[in-house]
Amino acid sequence: MGKIGKTAGHIVGNIVAIFISLVVLIPLVVLLLNSFKTSAEADKMTLSLPTEWVFENYSIVVEQGKLISSFFNGLLYAAGSVVIIVAVVSLAAFVISRNMKGINRFLYYFIISGIAMPINNVSLMKVMQALHLINTRGGIILLYAAINIPLSLFLAYGFIDTIPREIDEAAVIDGCTPWQLFTQVIAPLLKPIVSTLFVLDFMAIWNDFTMPLYYLNNSQKWPMTLAVYNFFGAFQNSWNLVAADIMLTLLPVLIVFVLGQKYIVGGVSAGAVKG
Amino acid sequence: MNRKKLYPWYFASGAALLFFLLCFLPGIIGIAYSFTDWNNFTNEIRFVGLDNYKRIFEGNSEYLLYIKNTLVFTVFTTIAKTVVGLALALLLTRPFIKMKNLQRMIIFSPQVMSYLVVGLVFKSMLHPTTGFLNNFLEDIGLGFLAKNWLTDLNIVFPTVMTVDTWKGMGYIMVVVIAGIMSISPEYYEAASIDGANFFQQLKSITIPLLKPVLVNATVLNVTYGLRVFDMVYSLTNGGPGNATGVINTAVYKEFSKGDLAMGTTLSSVLFFVVLALLYFIIKSMEDKEV
Repeated sequence: MGKIGKTAGHIVGNIVAIFISLVVLIPLVVLLLNSFKTSAEADKMTLSLPTEWVFENYSIVVEQGKLISSFFNGLLYAAGSVVIIVAVVSLAAFVISRNMKGINRFLYYFIISGIAMPINNVSLMKVMQALHLINTRGGIILLYAAINIPLSLFLAYGFIDTIPREIDEAAVIDGCTPWQLFTQVIAPLLKPIVSTLFVLDFMAIWNDFTMPLYYLNNSQKWPMTLAVYNFFGAFQNSWNLVAADIMLTLLPVLIVFVLGQKYIVGGVSAGAVKG
Repeated sequence: MNRKKLYPWYFASGAALLFFLLCFLPGIIGIAYSFTDWNNFTNEIRFVGLDNYKRIFEGNSEYLLYIKNTLVFTVFTTIAKTVVGLALALLLTRPFIKMKNLQRMIIFSPQVMSYLVVGLVFKSMLHPTTGFLNNFLEDIGLGFLAKNWLTDLNIVFPTVMTVDTWKGMGYIMVVVIAGIMSISPEYYEAASIDGANFFQQLKSITIPLLKPVLVNATVLNVTYGLRVFDMVYSLTNGGPGNATGVINTAVYKEFSKGDLAMGTTLSSVLFFVVLALLYFIIKSMEDKEV
């Protein structure tokens, strides 16, 4: 390839990359712009600035869309489940990766099979009813914890494997019980994997839509996703309001994403590369 | 040192109990109920043998269409995400690309959004009269390309799969970029000295060394595709008619109708399909330490 051919190749490469970035970016920009338009102007969605900036769209949406209560519901479900996940998974990963024999080995494969296995939502309803967990905040938190345990265990197992066993031996010689060994020696070393689990599981739960759709029939208990879905159904003819509603739902995740980019990209790709 | 004493198995019991009660048990109960006529209208549950499975697999039932759609969705989106993600990763690791990090961040960003919200974003973008895409095509003089993206039977399923690819390609890109970064530059230096061009290097160095990453990404995409629900539900709710219905939207439909036995049978069919693949899935996850 000659020099001209090479330069042409570079230009084409840059154009393709920018084109794809725009394909991802434009839908979001269009929604952002439309969220400030009047109802009539937003009726035809275009990539033009609003002739008149209507900021009230946002206050209308917050009131009508029950966004504040659903925001805090989502926060409660995600935070509550993540705390449970981190606690039970780090304990389990610790004993399993240190002693991968017999019952531990069985438990490990039993649990991580859940990474792939689908959930049977119909009979899960029956189980939730039997345990009195249906339509309760506690129930949805436990459910989210349960379904995110398999992948979390898999990641934590791989991480604990990299902590040298000599540390355990030294602690035992100093007279540590298993519980002390875990809480005082191992747990403080788990910070990196805990932040990965936190990011991954928080995002998965915050973004989930299926579980509340099946198991929470009271709109007081809905998280953001379900609130947005219902708002969309009710206000389908006011695209400006729908756009504002979608923006408000996306905003928290996008802010967290831009701020914690490194953690998120690292955490998300951890499942596939590092292990 | 006694390992059994030092690492007591009951430390794992919390995770095991939660998983058993809320994930495993429903799966097993679900299979048991798939041999009954369980529904919302009577309290009496009768054993009906394989009747539910016969309703799915005999004749030309709508359920067969859902299973076929699920498989088509899985195969197409897996291939599309892998090819596009790999191409993007190769492009955005080239030294001559400007603002690489910003572009990577933009393309990855849909990954942090909920499937449901992405579905709603595109439901508004693709609206036939008010949506952005058709208006844009008309403005630039390509009005003849404007379509009823989400209601035309011929294109609705490709539309849904394209939107899913839009969301998922950034993930594969990031994973592959991480894989490319871990390849030692010496391989490429040696190859250039030998006169290998970009495509030869790609074929003989990059792809073989990325194999574990690609296998792993494929496994993730396949298990996602088989279980897809949110994206289809929010974009089309399985419509128009049954055109875009997949197994999990059908399960929800039967659940809402009160035909719980059919819902649990469809779910069990999916369970058996994934179970058949499980060995390969776990094996690929464990092999991936590059």
